[in-house]
Amino acid sequence: MTEVTSSGSATVTLPTDEEILITREFDAPKHLVYKAWTTPELVSRWWPGKRGEMKSAEIDLRVGGTWRYVMEASAGQEVGFHGEFREIVPNERIVNTEVYEGVPGGDDDPALNMVTFEEVDGRTFLTLLTRVSSKEIRDMIIDSGMEGGMQEGMDLLEEIARSLR
Amino acid sequence: MIPMARAATTADAFNAVAEPRRRQILDALAGGERPVNDLVRALGLAQPQVSKHLRVLREVGAVNVRDEGRQRLYRLNGHALKPIHDWVKTYEASWSERFDQMDLVLEDLKRKDEGDDGSDE
Repeated sequence: MTEVTSSGSATVTLPTDEEILITREFDAPKHLVYKAWTTPELVSRWWPGKRGEMKSAEIDLRVGGTWRYVMEASAGQEVGFHGEFREIVPNERIVNTEVYEGVPGGDDDPALNMVTFEEVDGRTFLTLLTRVSSKEIRDMIIDSGMEGGMQEGMDLLEEIARSLR
Repeated sequence: MIPMARAATTADAFNAVAEPRRRQILDALAGGERPVNDLVRALGLAQPQVSKHLRVLREVGAVNVRDEGRQRLYRLNGHALKPIHDWVKTYEASWSERFDQMDLVLEDLKRKDEGDDGSDE
């Protein structure tokens, strides 16, 4: 059996009204985390989580290049995201735009993602800062998490109950 | 009289409780109702600072206050906090799922990296 080192869970905070910050530590050096983040075949293995199957992942990793991910959600509908790379420092930092294709006019008002990879003692600390143009959009993104399955919700209840004692 | 605070949203409440000192206050109140002086002692902060944090928490409904004689007593409003917790935690969970899958990918990459002596770029 493969032993998988659980590196802890993601932490989400809201630094300002227009930002979402996600952080996560990985038990791997940063060149590998970067590789998993930027290689289409690898992205396809993790990006959908447990919510569906990846239909396609295209990544043209250069400044001005575009990316597009399409996932088939459990209910059968396709969900697409795309954007453009603004800044790339290999193994260190990526800045890209992100548009959710489910909302008309999304291209006029893309979110901006800044991903950083920092290595300490062979472990990588990843931060993903998403900046949007309004609090309403930010809250909508957070709300999208609510679409998650019931089971997930049930699992969380216990944790919530504990933390609120 | 204190002017009516604007309607607090879940997001406001989340931001209010995201501040470390305010989390400490909530922790301190988890054991039950306490007067301000108690909280000042527990946190080791000056009273005006504690009062400021308490005001923010009150505005988003995270704590309730009542007067008893000359004392102001604060207590946790767990009911108001639960939706906040749910709101961001569920979003967080969707990313945790992704990252858990990424751990598996990284395990594979690490094995390959070792096998290839790191020369696979």
